[in-house]
Amino acid sequence: MDFKNRDVISIKDFSKEEINYILNYTKKMVPYAKGEKHTDILREKILSSLFFEPSTRTRLSFESAMNRLGGRVIGFADPSATSQKKGESLADTIRMADSYADAIVIRHPQEGAARLSTEFAESPVLNAGDGAGQHPTQCLLDLFTIITERKKIKGNKIVLLGDLKYGRTVHSLAYALSLLGAELTFVSPESLKMPKEVINECKEFGVEPSSISNLERAVKDADVLYVTRIQKERFPDAEEYNRVVGMYKVDIDLLKHAKEDLIIMHPLPRVVEIDPEVDKTPYALYFKQAFNGVPVRMALLSLILGGKKL
Amino acid sequence: MKKLKITPIKNGTVIDHITPGFAVKVLHVLKIPESTSSVVSVAINVKSRIGKKDIVKVENRELDTKEVDKIALIAPKATINIIRDFEVVEKHKVQLPDEIVGIVKCSNPTCISNAKEPVKSRFLLVSDDPPSIKCYYCERETEDIAERII
Repeated sequence: MDFKNRDVISIKDFSKEEINYILNYTKKMVPYAKGEKHTDILREKILSSLFFEPSTRTRLSFESAMNRLGGRVIGFADPSATSQKKGESLADTIRMADSYADAIVIRHPQEGAARLSTEFAESPVLNAGDGAGQHPTQCLLDLFTIITERKKIKGNKIVLLGDLKYGRTVHSLAYALSLLGAELTFVSPESLKMPKEVINECKEFGVEPSSISNLERAVKDADVLYVTRIQKERFPDAEEYNRVVGMYKVDIDLLKHAKEDLIIMHPLPRVVEIDPEVDKTPYALYFKQAFNGVPVRMALLSLILGGKKL
Repeated sequence: MKKLKITPIKNGTVIDHITPGFAVKVLHVLKIPESTSSVVSVAINVKSRIGKKDIVKVENRELDTKEVDKIALIAPKATINIIRDFEVVEKHKVQLPDEIVGIVKCSNPTCISNAKEPVKSRFLLVSDDPPSIKCYYCERETEDIAERII
């Protein structure tokens, strides 16, 4: 399977076989990501890291991944210090970054920005989140986390909870989980339900997701509970936000109804949707999930930049 | 004797069965009159066996099929008739191309294709009838296509 110079814009650009290949290769990256083993397979390679929007985990884990592989990173985390401020188009910024590096990672507030970037770059482009659009590396690290903990994805009962309407991670994740044969249940406030087009995509893979409002009932036989933050910035009306924000909360009481080996995931940042008390329980996997961003991004960078296989 | 509101043309193209009220938008999509100096006749709300329809006739010019197919975005039931010496020598239903470039504006205000970038809007066909298209950039399906024609 050849990934050299491939763009990573949407999880939908990858077949089931390709996703499984990346996830398998990610396993090999874990000891390197932890610093237990060392490599410099991307020595002399430069990654251009263009973050037009704030990010903690994604940016740091991309940088860590590139450094762990012996490569170097240039770029910015604040567009106010760049020519964008002077009115430069994204296309021109990409042309420049392309000439300075071997690959480009981009986070941008506008949907489609990463796809557009591929038209102005000869180097491969990796999408680190485009507005409410795609975030394929988050999706891959979520899949990797589930596989690591549950051995496989097929047949697992996975509950997606929270903002299923605007949350960019849950749309790609619902698609990928359906492709890989998981059973899906959606729990959200009425105004933040999973869009019909995402449900239809799940159905195309033979998955019939169920939508319920009772979280206790959903958690009862779940293998994975994937929680998302209700994003204040998406609400035009503060009153509506206040009405839905506390509607669902994952706490110790709720977990009394859960299976012993349930895992709780969250793309982070978390606000109020998971009680900090849950962090100490064996259910909480979100910090380990955040670490998995490093080996997943190492695997992708290595495959795309043609690093020697580990 | 029954008199036709629009007389037959000797040579050219007749676009028939346009969704009533959409003839002007069809002209807009075909960039008429900018792209032609031919005589163009437009009939709106013409009675037909299956209700009303609009008709556009372009004289002395055989429109390029691919170009005309774009009108399927707003008039999926339209037919294209090529006329030579008063005879219909070619007839086909409009069919949307797999990719539609530079005709429709993405309905997502935060799509990068709506920013000041040097790209044309680009859509991929999801279904023919009713027409459904998805933005190549932001992957959202566009609603109210007729309202989004550039």
